[in-house]
Amino acid sequence: MSEARDFKYIGQRTIRPDGADKVTGRANYAADFALPGMIWGKILRSPHAHAKVLSIDTSKAEAYPGVFAVATHADFPGGEGGSIEAGESAVNLKDLSRNILADDKVLYAGHAVAAVAAVSERVAEEALELIEVSYEVLPHVMEIEDAMQADAPVLHEDMFTKGLDEEPDKPSNVATRTELKMGDVEAGFAEADVIVEREFKVSRAHQGYIEPHACTVRYDEDGQSLIWCSTQGHFDVRALNSQLLGIELSRLKVIPAEIGGGFGGKTTVYLEPIALILSRKSGKPVKMVMDRDEVFMATGPTSAANLKAKVGAKKDGTITAMQGWMAYDAGAFAGSPMMPGVMTMFTPYDCPNVLVEGYDVVLNRSKTAAYRAPGAPQSEFAAEMVVNEVAEKLGMDPIDLRLQNAAKEGTQTIYGPKLKRVGLVECLEAAKNSPHYQSALAEGQGRGIAAGFWFNIGGSSSVTVNMHSDGTGSIIEGSPDIGGSRASMQMMVAEVLGIPLDRLKPIVADTDTLPYNGTTGGSRTTFATGMAVIEAAEKVVEQVKARAAALWNVTAEQVEYADGVVRNLAGEESISLAEVCKSAAQTGGEISGSANINARGAGPSFAVHLCDVEVDQETGKVDVTRYTAIQDAGKAIHPGYVEGQYQGGAVQGIGWALNEEYVYNDKGQVDNAGFLDYRVPLASDLPMIDTIVVEVPNAFHPYGVRGVGESGIIPPLGAVGWAVGNAIDRKVEELPCSPPRVLSMIQSG
Amino acid sequence: MFAATGAVDDPVRLIRTAMAIVCFSGELLPFTGEERTETEASAFRDIVAELVQRYDRLDEEKLMGMAIAIDGVIVHTPLLEVIGPDSELHFLHRISGG
Amino acid sequence: MAKTHVTSTVNGEAVEFLCEPGDTLLDVLRNDLQLTGTKEGCGSGDCGACSVMLNDRLVCACLVLGVEAEGAKIGTIEGIGSNDRLHVLQEKFLEHAALQCGICTPGLIVAAKALLDENPNPTEEETRYWLAGNLCRCTGYDKIIRAVMDAAETMRESA
Repeated sequence: MSEARDFKYIGQRTIRPDGADKVTGRANYAADFALPGMIWGKILRSPHAHAKVLSIDTSKAEAYPGVFAVATHADFPGGEGGSIEAGESAVNLKDLSRNILADDKVLYAGHAVAAVAAVSERVAEEALELIEVSYEVLPHVMEIEDAMQADAPVLHEDMFTKGLDEEPDKPSNVATRTELKMGDVEAGFAEADVIVEREFKVSRAHQGYIEPHACTVRYDEDGQSLIWCSTQGHFDVRALNSQLLGIELSRLKVIPAEIGGGFGGKTTVYLEPIALILSRKSGKPVKMVMDRDEVFMATGPTSAANLKAKVGAKKDGTITAMQGWMAYDAGAFAGSPMMPGVMTMFTPYDCPNVLVEGYDVVLNRSKTAAYRAPGAPQSEFAAEMVVNEVAEKLGMDPIDLRLQNAAKEGTQTIYGPKLKRVGLVECLEAAKNSPHYQSALAEGQGRGIAAGFWFNIGGSSSVTVNMHSDGTGSIIEGSPDIGGSRASMQMMVAEVLGIPLDRLKPIVADTDTLPYNGTTGGSRTTFATGMAVIEAAEKVVEQVKARAAALWNVTAEQVEYADGVVRNLAGEESISLAEVCKSAAQTGGEISGSANINARGAGPSFAVHLCDVEVDQETGKVDVTRYTAIQDAGKAIHPGYVEGQYQGGAVQGIGWALNEEYVYNDKGQVDNAGFLDYRVPLASDLPMIDTIVVEVPNAFHPYGVRGVGESGIIPPLGAVGWAVGNAIDRKVEELPCSPPRVLSMIQSG
Repeated sequence: MFAATGAVDDPVRLIRTAMAIVCFSGELLPFTGEERTETEASAFRDIVAELVQRYDRLDEEKLMGMAIAIDGVIVHTPLLEVIGPDSELHFLHRISGG
Repeated sequence: MAKTHVTSTVNGEAVEFLCEPGDTLLDVLRNDLQLTGTKEGCGSGDCGACSVMLNDRLVCACLVLGVEAEGAKIGTIEGIGSNDRLHVLQEKFLEHAALQCGICTPGLIVAAKALLDENPNPTEEETRYWLAGNLCRCTGYDKIIRAVMDAAETMRESA
């Protein structure tokens, strides 16, 4: 299916079809929309990290001039229990609605309590101050280890830890315990000549999208609703709002605006249900845009984690046992990505004896949300640091140690199946032979290397390719374009149809236009939506061939199609795609192909990163002096945007490893809720990020594609963490390696 | 795989003699008490029904909320899928992405 | 509160609008003048998504009051390039795949043009430090820096 072949369009660095709109400012993001008669919504947020909500009196706010509606949790229709399929995982609706607007308790500082819709944002904010909330403040718990204690303040009286041998009789803050294992780690460690065991702490990190959440909605008197929003998955926005508010799916039209970054953080909903309630109550369209501090206070970052990793190896470099333990912070409601963390931790290694234990813990911080390979950066950081230390103790090159134990086709994973063909070995070899690795380190510099694994997912994509009478076509697909995917769809259809790219227009359509499409996330879009557009285009080709065959009075097998032309194998005639389309109405009807698939066979993408750093011994500041990101793309449809994913993931990981964390005061409020003090990398912080695109094709995609969006954020934590330790001759055990921490490590001697 | 039975003048009856193997990830172990089992059923939804029957603590909702790997290829609850004999069926945590 | 009447020049065109004392130039551009190309990322001058030119000086529009536009000359992303031709910077951003989600792109292009207007031959380091006020979360900056320096070279060659 994907043997090496020459492609006509695939693999080129095309100009993305939505490019002109984006470089001119014409492209419309969610906050750019306005509807006639529109009013503005703002949210009142809890100042307390943990408190009972005794009463909410909105009467003064409702009476304020210019206010049209107020909303609280009481406005959700009752009976929202259970969970629904939204995208790739079940969502607990009760928790979701209580996060969107607090019910009987506020569980973090910044938790939404009420909302107002008024003639302007300023009037709405003034009205918020008139809402009287009576709180009974409770003790709050902010750290994982504290929340796990028996005497910790309990967030949910109905939380009884799942996954223990015996169901506990008291509620706690531990939502779930899980354990995956294979083989016998005790026997494995007994065989080892060298064992390294370390504990680590990793901070919360926010996705950091530059565009705050925003939506413009209209709820009409008959229940028909329109939502314009910033989202990675508009069909999931529809599903969630449908369930939360009891509206039929076909009455909810969700139009995805262009999205200014998501990275997983925009696969859930915060504003839209509130805006719909306010629109219903006021009878007017409502626009809601989060302020930056609201984004940091109240939208999910990914989990902080406490971790332990233990690896044993023989003198000859064979890893004999790998053991891990982790506790992830879910924030206010259960559901951290602990499970994927457990599943991925040691997956880059072919070791028969592995045991990993994980805990999902709630505490008084904002509810976590997905962030690029959710759960994996934290756990794989711990594993990679310990593997590097094993290599150091053995006196072995860290790439050689990994090569000797690398996961490959047939390797048994801890989560069940054996791996199919994967490209870790190729990435490691590319790392070893890279100019970066071959270069010498300067005095005072440190170098680190780390690997990373992410599953990538498939799932539902539903698309249509419509051909027009002039032979041009529209690709109607439903995957919001966060990184250039329109370009990839255009290329894949052009490849099948054999016509120039500029004759094809990809369109990201709304929920009324297409059947369900899964979220743009999980590194699924080029793989699954790509597979769907290929299939739809192939159906177009079949129709075109059939029309030509009918014209020539031959069978479909007697014609062949290539490069936009149909040829009669039983004669001399040929006809172009455009000509067939021109007469389509006369030969049976317009030509279009649809494909509604549930894509399977997503291929994992392995990544290996190299990082060199310099540390200022007086200030503890770390400079990344050289960085190389190597990753398996299967087949890079658009090399520029594939490299972009590698570089973007690397820099998010560098930011996490060096500076990004949440700073809470003693009231449990976020002190650094802005870009000044939540310090993401700037252009002046970084060198060029070199990339090596490895291509080990995924046999399950027609062109060999593997998703690449997520794996790239995993290796930087270990590569940077190890490099820093290497530069200062210490062992890094906590991220981020911010200047105060690095100084403290240097001074601890 | 399949064995023909029956006497000369009876219609040949094909009986499936090879079972599909069902593997439970660590997440399901508390509910099943064992890591693997075998099943004669070949349609996925029949397999689910059989497992729910076999293990008291396992319910359909739990199983249907997981991802499935059929001989290493991960899919989501393929209701109509036929699992071949000697195939391995893994139930694993459904991964969402970021 | 009574609104103030302001007259100004935006992208070479005379404009007038009413605004409240607390309205920022960013609010005015986006909501009153419907120039939504300039984006709000943070509202506190930390991200550069709202970069505009104010009297030939690069500023964050969220840190300028609407009333400060009185009699001033303002340049936004909408004023870069023309109806039939993209500016070289815009072309290079597309050639180099220097954008992914595109939200930071308008601010970056305004800021990069301001750099090249002042320094037609910046080094990589000068480019990185000039653009340090423009956050990008998607690209890691690599392709952005390459695009800007390539645009600088093209502009020097055709000057």
